[in-house]
Amino acid sequence: MSMLWLTRSRTSGGNFIKKIICTSLTLSSCQVTAASSFSSLLSNISSNGKEATFAFRYSYSCSTTSAAFRRYTSTKAKKQILSVKDDDDNDDGDSALEENRAMDFPGGEITYTTEMKFLPGSSEKRVQCYRVLDEDGYLISSNMSELVSKDVALKVYSGMVTLNTMDKFFYEAQRQGRLSFYLTSFGEEAINFGSAAALSSEDIVLAQYREPGILLWRGFTVQDFASQCFGNNEGHGKGRQMPIHYGSKKLNFITLSSPLATQLPQAVGMAYSLKMDKKDSCVVAFFGDGSASEGDFHAALNFAAVMDAPVVFICRNNGWAISTPVTEQFRSDGIVVKGQGYGIPSIRVDGNDALAVYHVVRSAREIAIREQRPILIEAMTYRVSHHSTSDDSTKYRSVDEIEHWKTTHSPITRLRKWAETKGWWSDTEELELHVEAKKQVKDAIDEAEKKEMPPLRDMFTDVYDELPSTLVEQETVLRETIQRHPQDFPKDIPM
Amino acid sequence: MASSIIQRIGAATSFDTNNNYFHRRSFSGRQSSFVVVRSDGANITTRLKPNGGRTHHLVTNAVATKPHTSAASKPGHEILLFDALREGLEEEMDRDPRVCIMGEDVGHYGGSYKVTKGLAPKYGDLRVLDTPIAENAFTGMGIGAAMTGLRPIIEGMNMGFLLLAFNQISNNCGMLHYTSGGQFKIPVVIRGPGGVGRQLGAEHSQRLESYFQSIPGIQMVACSTPYNAKGLMKAAIRSDNPVILFEHVLLYNLKETIPDEEYVLNLEEAEMVRPGQHVTILTYSRMRYHVMQAAKTLVNKGYDPEVIDIRSLKPFDLHTIGNSVKKTHRVLIVEECMRTGGIGASLTAAINENFHDYLDAPIVCLSSQDVPTPYAGTLEEWTVVQPPQIVAAVEQLCQ
Repeated sequence: MSMLWLTRSRTSGGNFIKKIICTSLTLSSCQVTAASSFSSLLSNISSNGKEATFAFRYSYSCSTTSAAFRRYTSTKAKKQILSVKDDDDNDDGDSALEENRAMDFPGGEITYTTEMKFLPGSSEKRVQCYRVLDEDGYLISSNMSELVSKDVALKVYSGMVTLNTMDKFFYEAQRQGRLSFYLTSFGEEAINFGSAAALSSEDIVLAQYREPGILLWRGFTVQDFASQCFGNNEGHGKGRQMPIHYGSKKLNFITLSSPLATQLPQAVGMAYSLKMDKKDSCVVAFFGDGSASEGDFHAALNFAAVMDAPVVFICRNNGWAISTPVTEQFRSDGIVVKGQGYGIPSIRVDGNDALAVYHVVRSAREIAIREQRPILIEAMTYRVSHHSTSDDSTKYRSVDEIEHWKTTHSPITRLRKWAETKGWWSDTEELELHVEAKKQVKDAIDEAEKKEMPPLRDMFTDVYDELPSTLVEQETVLRETIQRHPQDFPKDIPM
Repeated sequence: MASSIIQRIGAATSFDTNNNYFHRRSFSGRQSSFVVVRSDGANITTRLKPNGGRTHHLVTNAVATKPHTSAASKPGHEILLFDALREGLEEEMDRDPRVCIMGEDVGHYGGSYKVTKGLAPKYGDLRVLDTPIAENAFTGMGIGAAMTGLRPIIEGMNMGFLLLAFNQISNNCGMLHYTSGGQFKIPVVIRGPGGVGRQLGAEHSQRLESYFQSIPGIQMVACSTPYNAKGLMKAAIRSDNPVILFEHVLLYNLKETIPDEEYVLNLEEAEMVRPGQHVTILTYSRMRYHVMQAAKTLVNKGYDPEVIDIRSLKPFDLHTIGNSVKKTHRVLIVEECMRTGGIGASLTAAINENFHDYLDAPIVCLSSQDVPTPYAGTLEEWTVVQPPQIVAAVEQLCQ
């Protein structure tokens, strides 16, 4: 049930009446958490009381009208209203008298009550999550219209398999000592590709680290991934960042930075930039359940709401932050309810259902751009991977649990089953895809390993736009040292 | 070794970027001409250093004084430092629509020191953006906006608050151009008032230049006069690197006549305040005025100090400094930073390394003590280097 909040203020000799209308609208099987609070409502009324301008906000619910929320100068505190004299529109009888007493605080009028009631910390029922396919790959709701074309669906599926294969082999490569570090996205492939398919190539993506699927979708090759991980000279990053910290300006994917949640305020800044340029695209920022504890997360959501920034915040709630389970990360009902705290419409989706993710992200993107406001999506999933190659998650969770999620709830299996029911996929194609992906990945690793490392000069370039003399000096000193003691330095650095 | 010497001499020219304007003006009376070198699009920029640089009358105290009528016949306009910064901002915002400002209370309030006054009504709420109170967040926002093509100027209401933004400044602002392989550039300007003011308490009297100086990838400059404030502001905005511009709380009301024509200063250059022969005094920001006050006393006592306002805190202008050291052979550094890990400490190390052979005496560095800035007026006054200490140090150095 979604709520429509509408308020109207009417002057009548200085008295004000508020009316609240609640209606229920259903939106298939999804639930939209309304951003609603009286404090977000404002009316700006001139001193003589004649003119009244209305500012109202209502939650989004598949309607085509848009809410306009304009910035304005701060309201002046007005006289406290103690009672209502005339009340033409009131048809609620006596109880309206209670509700209509309003106090005018900066930020808007608030009706008061004599009943002391604490808002509960959480509601009894958890926010439901939007889902389209069941575990066996059948559409749950029969009135679901055709969501994706065959091409898009198969591209999503093969992307998921490629990512899965790439992760397997790169992880092995790290175990064999060929890579220093790697981080897999097992179990979260649907979030990767469901969202990637829903975005346009102009949407700027700021990821955390478990979203390489976005890059794969946009054209980053497996070879590119390997080059970045090996730190060779072919990579976009010139070998400067640790593995899996990809970035490509051409593909509108911002280079990853290790500290968590730092990308969230930056996302707001980029959306601000898009607003100034009035572009028809949005910014998408990914983060995990653990990152939502960082200060940057809260500030970014607040900023985005205040600035009407077209950012889609996507939280991958995979249950674990290294060894910290979500029960120890926060006390709220996940991340989705936090949106309401900042005035942001939010939704929860089954992150292992690629079609659901696709649908939600596509809708969220439309709202964000059309209404120029942020949206929060919480995609529920499970981190089948260890946190990274530096982690052995069997130390803090049971192997059975991991196996269960890996097999029973696998997003790849689910989508494949759906594709098979539609007759778009078969076992032969499955075999072909796996063989092809495996070959691609293996070749990429072998090739990347053979390639040259970045030259010594690249240690000093790009610190500034041009090489300053201090760094030239430091480079000279280093080169001289290497020349004098060649046996103490690695041989494979191109000079 | 020859190659490295040539590199150092060439230090000045290696910074000049393609779009660098360069303007030097001399009030000395010997030369009344001024040079504007415009190198828009051209690959070659030339640097001219008129003899003696810009000689200015001695400033006898730290607050604004009525300017003497100088020998220069060129008209200019009198302006206060905060207004000079604002003028620089306004000119750059007119010139480039991508320039925008963000910070707390910068819009309708005009900034806590009125540096952004009048800009919000002129350019709108979006280009002069009031942000909620979260320094890390709006600094991060500025960095994100810069990566997508804008040129934001991020204001910290007080430099000390930017400690909250350290994560974004260090891990992202300074690094992303490098770690992305040069794909994303971050042309932000981070500015704000800092330094020890008048009884503002310890948390409002921070010298952030000491903490930031290690961050690779950023440049730091400190302004001290209306002339260099405007010039450095414009240069910082035009630079493609992230620049931190340090202003001082006590200097906002300094008055000076600045040129009417447009001028942009070089970010990596130091300013020769008073040429001399006996000792090189290196300083920046507010301490420049304490040094000049001490210089008056020293001149009366028969000394001839050479005073250089280093302006560029990262990287140091070792060219100007080096030439001075080679001439005087004695160095005194006067700074407001604390003793440990301040700008003076780095500068001492840099001069010792590079010009050791030219020094006749160890470098003396006068700095604040390693204490939080006390509130009581008398204590606060003595936490900051005062002119009598400078005079005493010079006398000691020149024995």
